[in-house]
Amino acid sequence: MSNNNSYLSNYFHRNGRALGSIGYFVLLMVIFLIGAPEAWIRPNLHQSVFVMMPTLIFLTIPLVFLVASGEIDLSFASTYAVAAYVFALLVKNGVDPAICLVLGVFTGAAIGALVGTLIVVFRLSSLVASLGVLFLLRGVILLLSNSRSITIMEVENHWIYPLLVGNFYGFPMQIFWAAIFVIFCYYFFNKHVFGIHIQHVGDNSVSAEQMGINVNAVKIKAFMFVGVGAAIGGIFTTMITYTFFPTQGFGYLLLALAAVFVGGTPYWGGLGTIIGAVFGVGIIAYMEIGIIAIGWSGEWRQFFNGLIILLALLGHRLHGERVR
Amino acid sequence: MENIIELNNVTKRFGGITALNKASLKVTKGEVVGLIGDNGAGKSTLIKTLVGVYSPDEGDILIRGEKINTWNALKARESGIETVFQDRALTPQQSIVKNIFMGKELRYPFGFIKEKEQIFEANRLIREIGFTSKLINAESPVGNLSGGERQGVAIARAIYNKAELIVLDEPTNNLSLNETQKVFDFVLNVKKSNRSVLFIGHNIYHVYDISDRFVILDRGEVVHQINKNDISTPEELMKIMRDTIGTH
Repeated sequence: MSNNNSYLSNYFHRNGRALGSIGYFVLLMVIFLIGAPEAWIRPNLHQSVFVMMPTLIFLTIPLVFLVASGEIDLSFASTYAVAAYVFALLVKNGVDPAICLVLGVFTGAAIGALVGTLIVVFRLSSLVASLGVLFLLRGVILLLSNSRSITIMEVENHWIYPLLVGNFYGFPMQIFWAAIFVIFCYYFFNKHVFGIHIQHVGDNSVSAEQMGINVNAVKIKAFMFVGVGAAIGGIFTTMITYTFFPTQGFGYLLLALAAVFVGGTPYWGGLGTIIGAVFGVGIIAYMEIGIIAIGWSGEWRQFFNGLIILLALLGHRLHGERVR
Repeated sequence: MENIIELNNVTKRFGGITALNKASLKVTKGEVVGLIGDNGAGKSTLIKTLVGVYSPDEGDILIRGEKINTWNALKARESGIETVFQDRALTPQQSIVKNIFMGKELRYPFGFIKEKEQIFEANRLIREIGFTSKLINAESPVGNLSGGERQGVAIARAIYNKAELIVLDEPTNNLSLNETQKVFDFVLNVKKSNRSVLFIGHNIYHVYDISDRFVILDRGEVVHQINKNDISTPEELMKIMRDTIGTH
């Protein structure tokens, strides 16, 4: 009996945060369903959510890795646009879109590496330094693009378009890519040396260092992963809309961060949940779209976003304080 | 006798402060060396240099007689040196099994972790070192454990990796008598299997009981070395310590 108890308590220790955010998601669904059943059964509502969710997943899930490593990054919202710019500019200049995609993702990784190195080597606050990079990169984009958008209708005729963002029996293809990304990240975070080292580093970096883990390298890789996720999100969105526009990505900054924390990953490092973050994304995406769908005015959206973040944080408090 | 590790004239500075000044130390196979010295004598710096957490500013490190050029914690562990740090070097929000295998995870190709094998080994180890509570298993978080139990996890890590040299930094601090005895038994077992221990302690009686040789450190310098055969009581060791410290 006592053995069962210990396995049960270990199970909740490992999965409580993910279960919590699944609970909030179900609760939100029930509230919407009771509040506006006729809006809820219309498929176009869920289709809009499905279009928004993949982008948010590509941004949010890598942030779970970074937050678990004890750092934070705000610059991803600009990296998103830089990668999209590189992609769109090259496509416009006749480069094969598949190569542009690779170069765009590579740009994201390179920016992540630079931001991470800057923060780790000079021991800067990641919150403040990445805020600086957020503005800096956005400035660079506005200057380079002359604040003009780039339209790339030509991607539609290339094989990567149907493969990445096409339509599969009514479902947008990016849903499948996001799902594969989530499964990959789940194993990467929980069953791979990279994820395990991130958790050790975020939990106690001195201990990790003493045990021979290269703390700086682990953190820089986590920043790079955030850059890669942002680049994928930016390029996918640019392909879906056939347009790069220089302010793109800014709107996702706070939503992606909210999804990480609503999803149950604590801010202090060492812990994180991929599954929780997926439901965090679900909560944020349905809030964004659901409020309008049930016929309330857009002014309520921010109010409810704020409310749900606070309620989720209070709920996740039940999982206790940080243990030391 | 083969030298497991040798530090020759190692100097380590932090800013303008010289924490270690041309310190030399060696540990041979199968011996228990006791490192003693007052607070601030440089014990901690010496240990952290020896196990690769710090790299020396000057001087050489030799592993089994071979000079090492780049020295870090991973290299030390790969050379067969495991350390039970004073702060235990644990990550309390993670499970016991993750802590035991921290930095040296059992891996499949491409870096995926052999989770089942790790859990099996960790459960075996925590029974071996005497975790009797049924409430504790390999997947329990370290944060729920007492100080003695946490020390047990740190020791289990050293046992699993079958180190040739185990460095114990103040291992009996804050432990009960019973737990202290367990640490002593562990040291004797290591010695019996012809492996070596470097034991750092404040408590002269503890160090005296289990060491074969004593190294006295003062203000960053090794000021005296003495074999246990040459003295007969801990009081004698203490007198030697008093006489050497501060006189050089």
